[in-house]
Amino acid sequence: MKQLAVLSGKGGTGKTSVSASLIHMASREMELVMADADVDAANLDLLLNGKILEEHAYTGGFRAEIDPALCSGCGRCHEVCRFGAVRCWDSGACSIDGIRCEGCNACVHQCPETAISSRRRQAGTWFRSSTQYGDLFHAEMLAGEENSGKLVSLIRKSAQESGVSNGSGLLLLDGPPGIGCPVIASCNGADLVLVVTEPGISAIHDLKRVLGTAAHFNVPSAVCVNRFDINPSRAVEIEDFCNDSGIPFLGRIPYDDTVPESISRGMPFTEYRPGSPASIALENIWKELSKII
Amino acid sequence: MIIGVASGKGGTGKTTVAVSLALASAECGSGRPLLLDCDVEEPNAGLFLDLSFTGAEQTGISIPVIDADKCTACGKCASVCAWNALAVAAGEVMNFPELCHGCGSCSLVCPRDAISQGTHVTGTIETGRTDNIDFARGTLNVGESMPVPVISSLLASCLTGHREGITVIDCSPGTSCPMVEAVSACDYVILVTEPTPFGLHDLRAASNVVVGQLGLPAGVLINKSGPEDGTVEDFCREQELPIIGRIPLDRRIAESLSEGIPLVEAMPGYGDLFRDLLEISSRSVKK
Repeated sequence: MKQLAVLSGKGGTGKTSVSASLIHMASREMELVMADADVDAANLDLLLNGKILEEHAYTGGFRAEIDPALCSGCGRCHEVCRFGAVRCWDSGACSIDGIRCEGCNACVHQCPETAISSRRRQAGTWFRSSTQYGDLFHAEMLAGEENSGKLVSLIRKSAQESGVSNGSGLLLLDGPPGIGCPVIASCNGADLVLVVTEPGISAIHDLKRVLGTAAHFNVPSAVCVNRFDINPSRAVEIEDFCNDSGIPFLGRIPYDDTVPESISRGMPFTEYRPGSPASIALENIWKELSKII
Repeated sequence: MIIGVASGKGGTGKTTVAVSLALASAECGSGRPLLLDCDVEEPNAGLFLDLSFTGAEQTGISIPVIDADKCTACGKCASVCAWNALAVAAGEVMNFPELCHGCGSCSLVCPRDAISQGTHVTGTIETGRTDNIDFARGTLNVGESMPVPVISSLLASCLTGHREGITVIDCSPGTSCPMVEAVSACDYVILVTEPTPFGLHDLRAASNVVVGQLGLPAGVLINKSGPEDGTVEDFCREQELPIIGRIPLDRRIAESLSEGIPLVEAMPGYGDLFRDLLEISSRSVKK
């Protein structure tokens, strides 16, 4: 089973609509399995309309908790915490700010009264859903939780196991924006990163950073440009950059009103309007992609 | 006053809004505004400004440095490390700095005092200025996984002490730790969204964090606004979140932004919108 991670660097370049349409096209040729690795803003299901088959609690990192009955108010926890998560009040009691707590347990080990305990708490929920294209693994984080890289790894592992067991030819992972922890977790183990970019100076700046991240973890990449006709000369600049850097440039997708329409209707654009300019362009990109992955 | 510009979904126009808000504030004559780019994974605000840089320094996290002469490989450090960044093998402590979160717990428990603190560089903080605004940004190094320490060091170096006038923070997308770190520093938050099912879904998640969890005053700006605004309007009404402005879907805007021209410079008519946003922000904070 091959693994394709769709990334972008900059947000809003069209990762999810491109992913959903690639899923639609791939599903005509093979069994596949999908993962939505943008756990902060998980939108792939809005286009694939899955039915939830399984629901699991996701427990994140540790959180410290002070037992007020045992706390002597000595302030040692406050002194050792490097994340500003301990507050000591005038009353002499100390308490933990759950949002700031990193879960390092330094205070737990240092408290002379052993008044601090640490437990894992639920940070979100992850799902296996059945869609008409194959199974989708996705998640919802609870507000303000951290550790999304760990959740991405969990979702990818579950998708991978499921894909291997049902003989899938492809795992397609719709990734998050940026280059940090959840992006690295999305790259790890991928056979190819497809970067969906746009012809603008911000997207180009971010494209180079995400390509650098993939290269850092030894994952090969390929690039396509979405809405290329917003700024055709910047689109050429991207193509030239890819050619100079030896990165496969797979094609350009034009600005096409049927794409936002398909999102409003909750379906992949290649399925909503198969003959539209965007769909034809993506068909060609899929052909190129099939050759190199 | 510190105004944060945030969103759940990426690419809704946070940077567009943050840059034009800072430029509009400079024109109001209430002193030089400070624009902080806290989207350290993809810091783009500087691309829209004619900047001269005045300083750059590296930032990072504290990592353990083990003095082999003192270390007896007792394994106490590895046993307290929540990230498995230390391990004992073959009578020696092995150190994996890329896993370290910099908590310092290992050096606190070492019975031989064999662990001192070094620095693992993860990013850069740069300061600069244009004719009328002050600017700073953090940049996470490619290949590093943790943006939060870069964001907190940017905030600590720029926001210490009382600062007169307006500070605008361009936040990371999403709803997890990098977004929370930047938003927590703000007095008022502008949530930028777009009237699509994606925009609405992610606005809901972002407002849960900003309003529900952090209790900050916030308003919603609908970017790429048009006939589909209804679902966002319904959500805002239900949540009692004010809609504080709209920027219509307009291909000319996308074209100027793609060349790095700030919205208020490409289309000065939008100056009023940003002046209104500044006034709404300051009124909402005073309340």
